Amino acid sequence: MERFVSGNYDVIVVGAGHAGCEAALAPARMGHSTLLLSINLDSIAMMPCNPSIGGTGKGHLVRELDALGGQMGLNTDKSFIQSRMLNTAKGPAVHSLRAQADKELYHREMKKTLEQEPNLDIKQAEVIEILVEENQVKGVVIKTGGIYYAKTVILATGTYLGGKIFIGGVNYTSGPNGLAASLELTESLEKIGLSLRRFKTGTPARVHRGTLNFDKMIEQPGDERIVPFSFMSSNLEKEQVPCWLTYTNNETHEIIKKNIHRSAMYGGEIEGTGPRYCPSIEDKVVRFSDKQRHQLFVEPEGLDTEEMYVQGMSTSLPEDVQVEFYRSIPGLENAKIMRPAYAIEYDCIDPLQLDLTLESKNIDGLFSAGQFNGSSGYEEAAAQGLIAGINAALKIQGREPFILDRSEAYIGVLIDDLVTKGTNEPYRMMTSRSEYRLVLRQDNADSRLTEKGYEIGLVKEDRYQRFLNKKEAITKEMERLKETKVTPKQVNDMFERMDISTLKSGASLYELLKRPQIKYEDLKEIDINRPLLDIEILDRCEVEIKYEGYISKQLRQIDQFKKLEIKKLDSTIDYSKIEGIRLEARQKLGEIKPLSVGQASRISGVSPADISVLLIYLEQQRRKRSEKSE
Amino acid sequence: MGEYTIAAIATAPGEAGIGIVRMSGEDSLEILDKIFKPTKKNSIKEYPSRRLTHGKIIDPKTEKVIDEVLVTYMKGPYTYTAEDVVEINCHGGIVSVKNILEIVLRQGALMAEKGEFTKRAFLNGRIDLSQAEAVMDVISAKTDKSFDVALGQLEGSLSTEVRKIRNDILEMMAHITVNIDFPDEDIEEITYKELEDFTNRILKQISSLLETAHTGKILKEGLNTVIIGKPNVGKSSLMNALLKESRAIVTDIPGTTRDIIEELISIKGIPLKIIDTAGIRDTEDIVEKIGVEKSKEFFNKADLIIFILNAAEGITKEDQEIIEKLHDKQTIILMNKTDLSMSITKAEVQALIPNKTILPISVVEGKGLDQLENTIVDMVYGGKVKQSEASFVTNVRHKRALENAKASIEDGLAAIQTGLALDFIEVDVKNCWEALGEITGESIGEDMLDAIFANFCLGK
Repeated sequence: MERFVSGNYDVIVVGAGHAGCEAALAPARMGHSTLLLSINLDSIAMMPCNPSIGGTGKGHLVRELDALGGQMGLNTDKSFIQSRMLNTAKGPAVHSLRAQADKELYHREMKKTLEQEPNLDIKQAEVIEILVEENQVKGVVIKTGGIYYAKTVILATGTYLGGKIFIGGVNYTSGPNGLAASLELTESLEKIGLSLRRFKTGTPARVHRGTLNFDKMIEQPGDERIVPFSFMSSNLEKEQVPCWLTYTNNETHEIIKKNIHRSAMYGGEIEGTGPRYCPSIEDKVVRFSDKQRHQLFVEPEGLDTEEMYVQGMSTSLPEDVQVEFYRSIPGLENAKIMRPAYAIEYDCIDPLQLDLTLESKNIDGLFSAGQFNGSSGYEEAAAQGLIAGINAALKIQGREPFILDRSEAYIGVLIDDLVTKGTNEPYRMMTSRSEYRLVLRQDNADSRLTEKGYEIGLVKEDRYQRFLNKKEAITKEMERLKETKVTPKQVNDMFERMDISTLKSGASLYELLKRPQIKYEDLKEIDINRPLLDIEILDRCEVEIKYEGYISKQLRQIDQFKKLEIKKLDSTIDYSKIEGIRLEARQKLGEIKPLSVGQASRISGVSPADISVLLIYLEQQRRKRSEKSE
Repeated sequence: MGEYTIAAIATAPGEAGIGIVRMSGEDSLEILDKIFKPTKKNSIKEYPSRRLTHGKIIDPKTEKVIDEVLVTYMKGPYTYTAEDVVEINCHGGIVSVKNILEIVLRQGALMAEKGEFTKRAFLNGRIDLSQAEAVMDVISAKTDKSFDVALGQLEGSLSTEVRKIRNDILEMMAHITVNIDFPDEDIEEITYKELEDFTNRILKQISSLLETAHTGKILKEGLNTVIIGKPNVGKSSLMNALLKESRAIVTDIPGTTRDIIEELISIKGIPLKIIDTAGIRDTEDIVEKIGVEKSKEFFNKADLIIFILNAAEGITKEDQEIIEKLHDKQTIILMNKTDLSMSITKAEVQALIPNKTILPISVVEGKGLDQLENTIVDMVYGGKVKQSEASFVTNVRHKRALENAKASIEDGLAAIQTGLALDFIEVDVKNCWEALGEITGESIGEDMLDAIFANFCLGK
């Protein structure tokens, strides 16, 4: 094949899924010439699985990404057709936003945003080779022979890389949703020294809305009050469409059991590791055989389509079995399948090969994000894409890398988990993965991160000003609540009505709000000078006041945590030479090359005693150096 | 390092006339001030640094006097660790130092890691590199093997208990987490009633484990070892020889040892709780009778029995009575007073009571003690001696962890009762789980996820 030079960029992004879009927008917005390559431009920001963004833990990621100047939150606000805040019955730390998106609109809006970005070029092309010289990335080669040179390359290949679809006994090479797979790149990646493995995921069938009987299902409406994903959006009003709930039954389970040998998963054709939190329906029926029914949600794929997504019915059973078991489910008896469920296997890396910046440890300038790094989910992908994009740009600028730690953001937890602990299944974010979730709430993502986004240069003036105004309003209102005092006479009538213990002496509104039973709204009648404030400001004040005790407990834990995080480890340390550290720990440390003592302590196989020895070693080195300089 | 204050017992357990509890770190003086009342002035702060000061250690919780002590506060940086250091000199033996250490820890000091004082000394520039390398060996070296074995046996049952509790907590956390992280799934919400029951059960288990730490005046530590034999055969002398310190009153008059004396000693790293008994014999003396009754009780509970014969005197009727009770017990038979002329042989004793280790010994001359110690060590290694009690808390560190676990689960219970949201409750429950994990050496992580995916049906 004849090769020719086609261009030269600061950053090239391979793949335009959720990771790729953020990875391309960030450096472009930070002033760098960027090229985004995708096998098919019609699949930019495609949602090949569920038609929703957010959920527990994932919603937090989107809010954080937005606070840093990412696109996913804004794009969801433009294209959602239903919005829900999950877990509202629980505490504020686990309130999680989730929106059903119109898939087509989501894709179109994202494509438009990319197209309008001045420093960004978008091109339909399949990358077949990564150019590397002396462990330094140089560019990429596309299938038609074009060479694009670049200072940095970000891989976000998703399920396209070595993609293989399984439906019952049938399997064939394919990317997601019938798109072309990327088959030549794997060999090039192996040649440059990356070690690859196979993961697996799957998606349920899409059925025709007109063939469903919604009378037999339970309606699941959206929330009345819509909370936007983006801190830049306010007062979103929109006609929302419902989702629907129905259940499998014994008959369904019998059909599945009878045909279990025809499942690709049980037949042993699939070698990749799938996620435990997304088991197929056959898996659920087999593993939880005492469960009489399993729920399924029927969700619209968009406003301009009749396709409906059947959440809960992911399967690798053959299509005829899929048709048969739908017949047994109330409301789906006559369902016509428009796209059958499938399982898909793909190539990805063990993320232990990456730094916390998502740059390869061995190849300078090569970054990666998303499913390629062993994660799962649109939000996890986008969050990594953003961080990889930011760090690619900072590297070119010769600036300090941008790393969020576990106490600052779910994004920090996500990346630290991946590159420090690794993962044996497609990694999904959950709130329980965070040690400090009372502090890492979705409502305060902006105050945690927007300042940082501004320093990097990704957050622009409009967002920053908006953030400063909000911050000031919160401080002012907190002050006012502390200063506004009430007497027992003013409140005790009301307290008796509410059946809560009365006041004996005067108290500030701030003190009253600390009581679990008293809500900000309840105090309205006695709080005469209350200013008219945005609901998000009120919510923030209330949360910070009411849970102050728990939050400060957690802040103290964070202080402890930080002490080891700020002790940095040089990447040139030869761990094999440190006597006293156990052999296993030496190997792990040498392999992962942690950036800080804190990160080192989270590596499995490194014990507290190893860390003590490491600290002493560090001090020895410091002394030797200072002796020399004297 | 150096950011928190550490404490430890600086003297070897059970063997010295005085015991020293040492603290290092910036809160040392504050902690001392809370628990120490000088004899002449009101506060230790009124004294200059490095002044040996007489006074009392008072438990701030109970306001009871724990011990009469001499304390020294040494302001950094010219101290061993180059930090502020406090040394509390108290009475020797295990009781006093343990009590004082416990109080110090309760005031916020943390139990020092192995080698931590030295490590701090190095990091703060007090000792040089070659010394520091030795410290690295100390920290990284596997603990002394005999110590491991003994402790392993002692703590094995405790770990089992703690693991059981942790499993219960894990189940509860999995329930909470699945409700939080999978709100859309078809899984029942755990009710507050269920949470309360769960929590109460956990609290009860932790409390009863903690109670074992209080049994008697002495923390239960070590193998229950009973020294038995007829009056004046040398039981107390043996104990004292092992202790290398005169504690029990030794006389020639039978029946002088009226009370049960327990001592904790360390034989080549194996902690033994040695119980010196009054002679087992019929007596009309009421005071002594209590002692005899207790002897029998301890005899029945013992993990190891050291039976002393008078080799010069031969086997008497009293010895016969004891021998009859020894058959199913782990026993070492000592033929004492070999310094005098022996009237029986080892073979004769062997014939009377087969399958026991028999050692000639002279406590007075100090002969045969080494052999006795070796035999005890061998028996522990060989697994012949096993702990009879179900489980008990053996050290301050574990006790501290259990207390933290208890405090956390109590916070959790309070949170449940005031109806706080699940995620707050989980914070406390998780803290409890982690505190217990310090005992078993396990931590959270994938465990909970495994529990969730194994027990709940989730998925898209």
